[in-house]
Amino acid sequence: MGVEQKLGNMGVVTTTLEQAINWSRTGAMWPMLFGLACCAIEMMSAQAAHYDMSRFGMELMRPSPRQSDLMIVAGRVSRKMAPVLRRLYDQMPEPKWVIAMGDCASCGGVFNNYAIVQGVDEVVPVDVYVAGCPPRPEALIHGIVTLHEKVRGEKIKDWA
Amino acid sequence: MAQIEEANLDGMAHLVTKRAIKGETMILNMGPQHPSTHGVLRLLLELDGETVINCIPDVGFLHTGIEKNMESKTYQKAEVMTDRLDYMNNTGNNLVYCLAVEKLVDLDVPVRAQAIRVIIAELQRLASHLVWLGTSALDVAAMSTFLYCFREREMILDILESCSGQRMMTTYFRPGGLWRDVPAEFEDAVREVLKVMPKRIDEYESLLTKNPLFIDRTVGIGKISGERALAWGLTGACLRGSGVAHDYRKFAPYSGYEQYDFDVPIETAGDVYARYLVRIHEMRQALRIIEQALNKLPMGPVRSNNHKFVPPPRSEIGTSMEALIHHFKLWTEGFDAPRGSVYVAVESPRGELGVYLEGDGGPKPYRVHWRTPSWDNLQVLPVLSKGCLVADLVAIIGSVDIVLGDVDR
Amino acid sequence: MNGQTFLSALKSQFNGEQLEFAGEATLLIQREQLLEAASKIREMGFERLSDITAVDYFPEENPRFHLVYQFTSLANRATLGLRVPVPGTKPSVTTIETVYPNANWREREVYDMFGIDFAGHSDLRRILMPHDWEGHPLRKDYPLGYEEPQFSFNFDEIDVRKPYAKE
Repeated sequence: MGVEQKLGNMGVVTTTLEQAINWSRTGAMWPMLFGLACCAIEMMSAQAAHYDMSRFGMELMRPSPRQSDLMIVAGRVSRKMAPVLRRLYDQMPEPKWVIAMGDCASCGGVFNNYAIVQGVDEVVPVDVYVAGCPPRPEALIHGIVTLHEKVRGEKIKDWA
Repeated sequence: MAQIEEANLDGMAHLVTKRAIKGETMILNMGPQHPSTHGVLRLLLELDGETVINCIPDVGFLHTGIEKNMESKTYQKAEVMTDRLDYMNNTGNNLVYCLAVEKLVDLDVPVRAQAIRVIIAELQRLASHLVWLGTSALDVAAMSTFLYCFREREMILDILESCSGQRMMTTYFRPGGLWRDVPAEFEDAVREVLKVMPKRIDEYESLLTKNPLFIDRTVGIGKISGERALAWGLTGACLRGSGVAHDYRKFAPYSGYEQYDFDVPIETAGDVYARYLVRIHEMRQALRIIEQALNKLPMGPVRSNNHKFVPPPRSEIGTSMEALIHHFKLWTEGFDAPRGSVYVAVESPRGELGVYLEGDGGPKPYRVHWRTPSWDNLQVLPVLSKGCLVADLVAIIGSVDIVLGDVDR
Repeated sequence: MNGQTFLSALKSQFNGEQLEFAGEATLLIQREQLLEAASKIREMGFERLSDITAVDYFPEENPRFHLVYQFTSLANRATLGLRVPVPGTKPSVTTIETVYPNANWREREVYDMFGIDFAGHSDLRRILMPHDWEGHPLRKDYPLGYEEPQFSFNFDEIDVRKPYAKE
């Protein structure tokens, strides 16, 4: 909002600025270390040397929510864990995105019972859902590339 | 629903010392989300400076209700949930569940299936120890080991994928044997692992075993004696690192383990370094067992032909009436198990993994209880960590090798 | 291997009933005898308590629960099972935490999941469920909590009832 007010109606300049900002956001998006269960192991495999995730800018995983932009919810979220998840999401600074990795985070997965939140979108707003139980590291990387495409289509006003 | 209330110490006042209530020592929350807790484990630490006086674990953040959920599915369908308990040892969970069902309904398993079960269970033990080594070395800041271990793990996951189609949650072992026979490239792939792994294990040992930094951080930390370990119900490498030679594969052999010749490594020091050495030796013994099983692999069927419990091959359904009827009954209702209860245990990479299975004459299990090793191993954490520094606590958690899916079920 | 000899010694002392199934032998004793039996089992050489769990036979009121104990002896290479019937109203037994320290968390889990009280336990709180949860999940009269799956034909009806997080 502030940028547009300052520059006025200079359409061409703001569009190029948007592209530059979105490109830089996708270039170094740091995920938060939020591996809960089995999907966390496939996330670690995706980070390791075979299916290197640092090619996509995610060189390191920050354990602190204050220093990360992406939360990959990897694994099943139980009812005891849901308030903790929400609190960590609130602690992340904007702009922030969420990938629901795996079936349990997307929709409750195999576990349709009293203990598991049926889909993490009941707790936080999700941008990309990655299916699989657990999704292969290549599927997770496809999810990340999809998120990058979504980010490239964003406007400055979304996060201002 | 997503509200957090402030922590109320009254309910836990009996667990902390008087100094904490007066305010002399600090209560620190090592929260469910932490890079070194290996999952969602919450620890409440009572600290005097940097020394841990007491550590209160708070578990249940990954409680999935698997035991109750399995009561509402038939015996075959419930097996799918077993992979997801101890998610480092998927085929081991399948194995113990299948052994329990086979004992309950008195089902035979052909010898070829037993040998392949042993090979795959030992490959899974290797894969689990590789992740343990990578992550616990990462906790004491040996970062390159993490990348090397995951590189080897990819070889083993490729073998599992060629057998069953899935890297981790395979559900490859079924009651009565295996789902299907191993593919043609199985033997060459396993021989490749046997050729490559000994040198790689030597590489990890050269990075860590005589490294003065590693020794400084692990020797003398988290000691427990043999009888206390037994009294606290520890199993697995935690028990063997304290000098007690107890391995369920020798205690109550299952699936043909009595034919294979292997040692049970023990160390007497009882500290973090001893448990590390025990697991490295276990990796080498696992390779030994795989080699013997592969050399002796008998030919034959891989699943029992008792079609009351095992589905007939699809090729027979078009020609044989009994095959069609068995297939129909198994797919719509499932097989019935008699009234009675069994308790079967195996040696998982973490210790004694047991299943208590009770049938009630119907097609669904009446009660399934999982005796998981990480539950008892985690309970002893306050005993192991009294008087150590916070950095040592991280090394201790890594050495106990807990998997929170195993703890919380 | 299955503790048959030890079972006979216990049976005569506690007048219990022996149950046999699939080669495993279990002894059924009364809940007042539990602590004494556990101490005797410890003396006989069963150094390790493997497991404590419970089974709920809901429509039956007395006994409603059966507590199941498993003990292991390394020295004698044997395992032994114990079953203790517990009634449905105000279910309670004595803790064996003084004999086997690892019974601490196992009894907390049985309390959390079934509501069986353990008299003399040092720290009986919920362990797996949140501390303010109501109900005991593994009882047979507790519902599974099944949510109806959203297929394409009923997608919209279920969608309005699902609590999505808005931001």
